[in-house]
Amino acid sequence: MTDAAEPVAAMAEPAHRGYWSQALRRFLRHRPAVAGLLFLLLLAGAVIVAPTVLPYAYDDQDFELIGAPGEMTAAHWLGTDELGRDALTRLAYGGQVSLAVGLASAIIATVLGTLVGALAGFYRGMVDSLLMRFTDVMLSIPPLPLVLLLSGLLRPSVPLLVAIIGALIWMGTARLVRSQFMALREREFVEAARALGARGPRLMLRHILPNAIGPITVSATLAVGSSIMLESALSFLGFGVQPPVPTWGNLLNTASPWLATAPWLAIPPGLCIFCTVLAVNFVGDGLRDAMEPRG
Amino acid sequence: MNAGYVLRRLLGAIPLLFGISLLLFAIIHLAPGGPLDVYADNPSVSPAALEQIRKAYGLDQPVPVQYVLWLKSMVLGDWGYSIRTGRPVLQEVTERLGPTLELGGLAMLLSLAIALPLGTVSAARRHSLLDHVLTFLSFAGISLPVFWLALLLQLLFSIALGWLPSAGYQTIGGGSFGDRLAHIAMPAAVLSLATIASWSRYIRSGMVDVLNQDYIRTAYAKGLREPGVILHHALRNALIPAVTIIALDLASIISGAVITETVFAWPGIGRLFIESMDGRDYPVLMGLMMLGSLAIVLANIAADLAYATLDPRIRYD
Repeated sequence: MTDAAEPVAAMAEPAHRGYWSQALRRFLRHRPAVAGLLFLLLLAGAVIVAPTVLPYAYDDQDFELIGAPGEMTAAHWLGTDELGRDALTRLAYGGQVSLAVGLASAIIATVLGTLVGALAGFYRGMVDSLLMRFTDVMLSIPPLPLVLLLSGLLRPSVPLLVAIIGALIWMGTARLVRSQFMALREREFVEAARALGARGPRLMLRHILPNAIGPITVSATLAVGSSIMLESALSFLGFGVQPPVPTWGNLLNTASPWLATAPWLAIPPGLCIFCTVLAVNFVGDGLRDAMEPRG
Repeated sequence: MNAGYVLRRLLGAIPLLFGISLLLFAIIHLAPGGPLDVYADNPSVSPAALEQIRKAYGLDQPVPVQYVLWLKSMVLGDWGYSIRTGRPVLQEVTERLGPTLELGGLAMLLSLAIALPLGTVSAARRHSLLDHVLTFLSFAGISLPVFWLALLLQLLFSIALGWLPSAGYQTIGGGSFGDRLAHIAMPAAVLSLATIASWSRYIRSGMVDVLNQDYIRTAYAKGLREPGVILHHALRNALIPAVTIIALDLASIISGAVITETVFAWPGIGRLFIESMDGRDYPVLMGLMMLGSLAIVLANIAADLAYATLDPRIRYD
């Protein structure tokens, strides 16, 4: 943030503080967001550590327990699935996959959306109308059926699934970044940089983009939540990550036929998705308050 | 608002729909595999017979030619024939439209009836305990995975309590009003929860902005009480920010609730979509995707027109 002080941000706080330390202070005052962030860090730590501590692999089968889901015991804290695999191990490993897919898809969507929005907002004219008409097309197709269509027809591997999800949720970011770039390119500091000889990519990357980083961060955070939700929905319907690799979504898929006899298998994965998405949404809300202060 | 503007918007939708159809057709037809794969391992279907089926559905033509043929008949109102069942796509779709519209319509009515008062109360009592609780609940509502909520409700109301049927449209051979109401209750509740949460947020923020305006203070100053101010002066303007999202959610009804319909075995558009996915039923998939997209395109236009109706300052020429 070397190019322009945030005039609005400077109003409420002591003037000598920088934008980032003010943003941090505002974020820390947002209690649900702080709680959400702590929860996410703990959860990420747990799903990474648990599989190394637990004595089972995600596809280890206890042949004594095959046939029907096993109850919660001292050996299997969350029970076993119908193939005799430890539910807690699969929950933790599935968490790794779900969180990684969510994070990676959100990064792809954010990069794609920022690129499209920046080009459209900066160059205007022909580039703008072409990119925005394409964005309109993408926004006019019902999202869940479209993602089902792609993943159902392509039967994707995990990396391809990440690409598909990322390629379908960038449009909001693109519109947002476009409006930011359109407004910022008219500002005096951009004019000054232009007068000093800065051109296209340098103007966009060094001068405009840093000033749009707040809204982009917020929409990237919210994208993590939507990708986790989307991946879970896809895997729940059997169109996402394929067994034996577990994700929270496909764990629910395999648990649902046993709902009446083994409800303990259906509760934890859903609870994990719910709490994770809730935490991400709170963090997003806190970031919005912190980075986009409205007077 | 004038008829010329409406006409221009509708004409503008044509290239958009053309682009959508091109993209969807490319995705569906260029993906590996095809609708006739089901016969591949079937020894009683000879290669010659397969060739004949392929010809009958035009699948032997190059994809661009197939697209032109599809577009030509679609424009004339012919949606083609389902590869899975051999019946006209339009007939397949209209059969499923009834249950989907019943479910979606009921869910959206519920949503509006609940979200409107919740959002309004939240805004009127801003920063009260009630507002904080409702805000937390709406965050929870948008973060709750619908498929999990559906399973939990089945667990509670069908398995544990035995009050409601766990799935289906009606009891076979039954179909009284009470029976159908019992079947629709859980899917409608699941479907409305997320929209209640998101709509009430939009209505709250719209209401908060409006309640801070001078004309509201004027209304209080001339002696009006709070209900009067909110209902007669604030509500109409407070709804403006929510209009687009409500219109889009209404439009999404027609795509069917894929997840909810799957969990509750509801015989609607969403189920038809999944069944057509399994059989790679190209004509049905194209028809359903285009129908859903058309609804979204029209909803966007309708939302813009609703803006102008709600806010006379907005004028389209």
